[in-house]
Amino acid sequence: MRVGVFICHCGNNIAGTVDVKKVAEETRRLPGVVYATDYMYTCSEPGQDEIKETIKKESLDRVVVASCSPRMHELTFRRTVEKGGLNRYFLEMANIREHISWVGEDKELNTNKAIEAVRIAVAKVMRNKPLYSKSFKVNKRVLIIGGGVAGMQAALDCADGNLEVLLVEKSPSVGGMMARLDKTFPTIDCSICILGPKMVDVAQHEKIKLYAYSEIEEIKGYVGNYQIKIRKKATYVDWSKCTGCGECMEKCPTKNAYDHFNFGVAPTRAINIPFPQAIPKKAKIDPKYCRQFLKGKCGVCAKICPTGAINYEMQDEIVTEEVGAIIVASGYGLIDLNRLPEYGGGRYPDVITGIQYERLLNASGPTSGHILRPSDKTEPKTVVFVSCAGSRDKSIGIPYCSNFCCMYIAKQAILTKDHIPDSRSYVFYIDIRSPGKGYDEFVRRAQEDYGVNYIRGRVSKIYPKGNKMVVRGADTLLGTQVEIEADLVVLATAVTAAPGAAELAEKLHISYDTFGFYVESHPKLRPVETNTSGVFLAGAAQGPKDIPASVCQGSAAASKVLALFSRDTLESDPAIAQVNTNACVGCLKCVETCPFGAIKEKELRDGRVVADVIETVCAGCGICTSTCPCGAIQLQHFTDNQLLAEVNTLCQS
Amino acid sequence: MAEREYAYYAGCSQEGTAKEYDTSLRLVLKTLGVSIKEPDDWSCCGSTPAHTVDHVFAAALAARNLAIVEKMDMPSLITPCPSCLAVLKKAHLGMVQDESFKNEVNDLLDEPYGGGVITKSVLQIIYEDVGLEALAEKVTHTLPDLRVAPYYGCILTRPPEIAQFDDPENPISMDRVISAVGVEVCDFAFKVECCGAAFGVPKREMVNKLTYKVLSMAQDCGANCVAVACPLCQQNLDLRQGQVNSTMGSSFNIPILYFSQIMGLAYGYSPKELAMDKLIVSADRLIRSRLPVEEFRKAQEAEVKKKKPKTEKAGTKEKTTTEETE
Repeated sequence: MRVGVFICHCGNNIAGTVDVKKVAEETRRLPGVVYATDYMYTCSEPGQDEIKETIKKESLDRVVVASCSPRMHELTFRRTVEKGGLNRYFLEMANIREHISWVGEDKELNTNKAIEAVRIAVAKVMRNKPLYSKSFKVNKRVLIIGGGVAGMQAALDCADGNLEVLLVEKSPSVGGMMARLDKTFPTIDCSICILGPKMVDVAQHEKIKLYAYSEIEEIKGYVGNYQIKIRKKATYVDWSKCTGCGECMEKCPTKNAYDHFNFGVAPTRAINIPFPQAIPKKAKIDPKYCRQFLKGKCGVCAKICPTGAINYEMQDEIVTEEVGAIIVASGYGLIDLNRLPEYGGGRYPDVITGIQYERLLNASGPTSGHILRPSDKTEPKTVVFVSCAGSRDKSIGIPYCSNFCCMYIAKQAILTKDHIPDSRSYVFYIDIRSPGKGYDEFVRRAQEDYGVNYIRGRVSKIYPKGNKMVVRGADTLLGTQVEIEADLVVLATAVTAAPGAAELAEKLHISYDTFGFYVESHPKLRPVETNTSGVFLAGAAQGPKDIPASVCQGSAAASKVLALFSRDTLESDPAIAQVNTNACVGCLKCVETCPFGAIKEKELRDGRVVADVIETVCAGCGICTSTCPCGAIQLQHFTDNQLLAEVNTLCQS
Repeated sequence: MAEREYAYYAGCSQEGTAKEYDTSLRLVLKTLGVSIKEPDDWSCCGSTPAHTVDHVFAAALAARNLAIVEKMDMPSLITPCPSCLAVLKKAHLGMVQDESFKNEVNDLLDEPYGGGVITKSVLQIIYEDVGLEALAEKVTHTLPDLRVAPYYGCILTRPPEIAQFDDPENPISMDRVISAVGVEVCDFAFKVECCGAAFGVPKREMVNKLTYKVLSMAQDCGANCVAVACPLCQQNLDLRQGQVNSTMGSSFNIPILYFSQIMGLAYGYSPKELAMDKLIVSADRLIRSRLPVEEFRKAQEAEVKKKKPKTEKAGTKEKTTTEETE
């Protein structure tokens, strides 16, 4: 066996704290190693060329690259050795950057550790077997989870690219948060006027199948071939009959149902259509408030409905669909006011959130666009905006910036002046974050043309005094405490992960950060990919972002899916489990433990029952390998022999 | 009722300026079946002055007492004074969490502190261990004229990592305890505002201003008295009320009662037994209307027969439930 070892300096990243020359020197003494060298940037073109040439010159049959994490460049070097004429699985990487040079400062210790890492890789690569991918057909349908602006953009782009699209939205209408906004910064476009046509396009596009008021129940399979179970939640209204006339909503006797669309600014009816532009424009019953469900009698809507669409017996329905790729655009949530007791914790009706204020400003909102205080329905003359209500606050576990609040506060302050010319607005801020195109000019306009009073400092307490709310905060520029008696206080509440984000991530097998936002494959270079191939991200599910950024990501994710689907077949990863039928005793423990359902029982010709791996379903997790009592099931490329060789080498050194 | 037993660290103020707190607490705890045992030879907790100078020394003053309590083998230590509480807990947590700090402190002590004492405020064990239901069971008298602003002060629930009790910004334990004994509680926004604490001596002007704010808020929210759980708060609001009136041009006449005195009144103890005569601003006019529960009910029924409107009792109840839903 002839192993060649290539040790990378990675500029100073590795060479700064590892003596790479010495690593190469020590490596040359290892049995099986016929060539070892060090190079400035092994991943560069000349670096890769050197590997290819050396394979030929030295007749290498195995290659070890000691450099960064395999997550960074394993694919790069697999391609290199393949071009050099070897099977791509005859490559091993020793991670001497993330595991060694970046984490330790002692050069001597690092060098020893790097030598050991290379020894392990050499031991493994000598036992590697050639593996070959199989190609399989791709199902060219795409599932998009979330019908906000990001999800809709992705859906429309995919559909325009001639893909079949399934759009699953958990609320009764598409539109997401953007449908609730009054105007958008910095252009003061009417939000629903620019979003509405997109929503209609989604409904009318022949390539898009919309599942509104539905949630993802289960996801099985792998890139190219996913099986999805979708739960269509019971609306208690037969949507095939409902015409959206709204008669039921008018006559419903229950007038105190929580209005999810308006974030509870005012109550709604137990049967309702969320908003006039809703897509689909269909009614739905909220059984938490409906008298028919609570008391067993009422039936007003059933009597009144001209098409007989009401069905109190309706049950959730599970539908199965098959797709080849998934775009996750499940959006964001907002911090619960209970977590901000210093701002009243939700006890004061005249302390509201930014999104609630949007609904007060909006012509189709509960106040028909008149700004009225929730407590006494009077017009506020003094409005105080509190930015970073929960954001950038380590004490409640939200250290990050919520991204778009500075801008919507400026917008809301401007709109307040437009609605109530004799009003005064104050904004408490930590820093003003306005780096987008035309954004800073917009904030300046609020300050200079609209006379919005910006106070640099945080608010420590909000309390009632008579029918006013007193906002107490610091003015850090004047170095003094200020108290403002406000008629209405608007909190720019922190953006959080959407409720249920973690559960969805588990179903998708994608990772999420401490705060529940989904993690992209690379923060700069792979911003809409995840580490699970076939699953892409768009919008605020990945982190707080404004409308333009969400739309960009929606389109970007769609282009990734279109690229993926431009081929009819995909290559499978051969690093999957394989059963040695001679050793298998047929206990079938592996069938029970496999989380993907990738193992089934098979009867051999002699009547023996053994385990059998379904190659296309196996994800290569290796759980079966550790379950098998007789070592009959082995994960290719990570067999017991290969791993034990690594351990033995380490223990013998 | 199961008998409960705690070690009781009174602190210096309970023997002087807050005698009435100590007196009323002992009666209330007796009624609730809680027995207390004072550690022998307890000393100053260190309070505010020590920790502004030296953390090790401050912890040592507190830990000396904790070491004594540790030997008593009681489930936990309770103290009425939030200052003592903060200092005792801070010393305990500091020593438990940091071995080298613990050694430094123990070096100053004759008897080392092992870290085995859980300290709680008396309010906390009344609220959490005894429980609201048990509090309500013992009520014998109704106080129809009392409308209370519950004032917790700055350190009973803060900082949260040391206090580990109730909400740091909007505590509700005292609200619920007072409601449980049938007394009306107002929605008071300045529950945790600063009263000026010990600055009454070096910066009287400032304390007058802060105390003024607390008292005006109490008045604005419809309260006619303030309930406290801290000797220093009580002193600033009660003893200095005259000063506040003369410097700020106000005319407050708001009695400042310990929550334990209110409980004692509901449990039928006489104002004299509860040392109400120690208050500077007299509460006599508010408690004159106190009636045994039975008699009050009869009087109300007679009232109902005369007129139709909602009874005051029902009003009180309603207030209680809204408080709880918060």
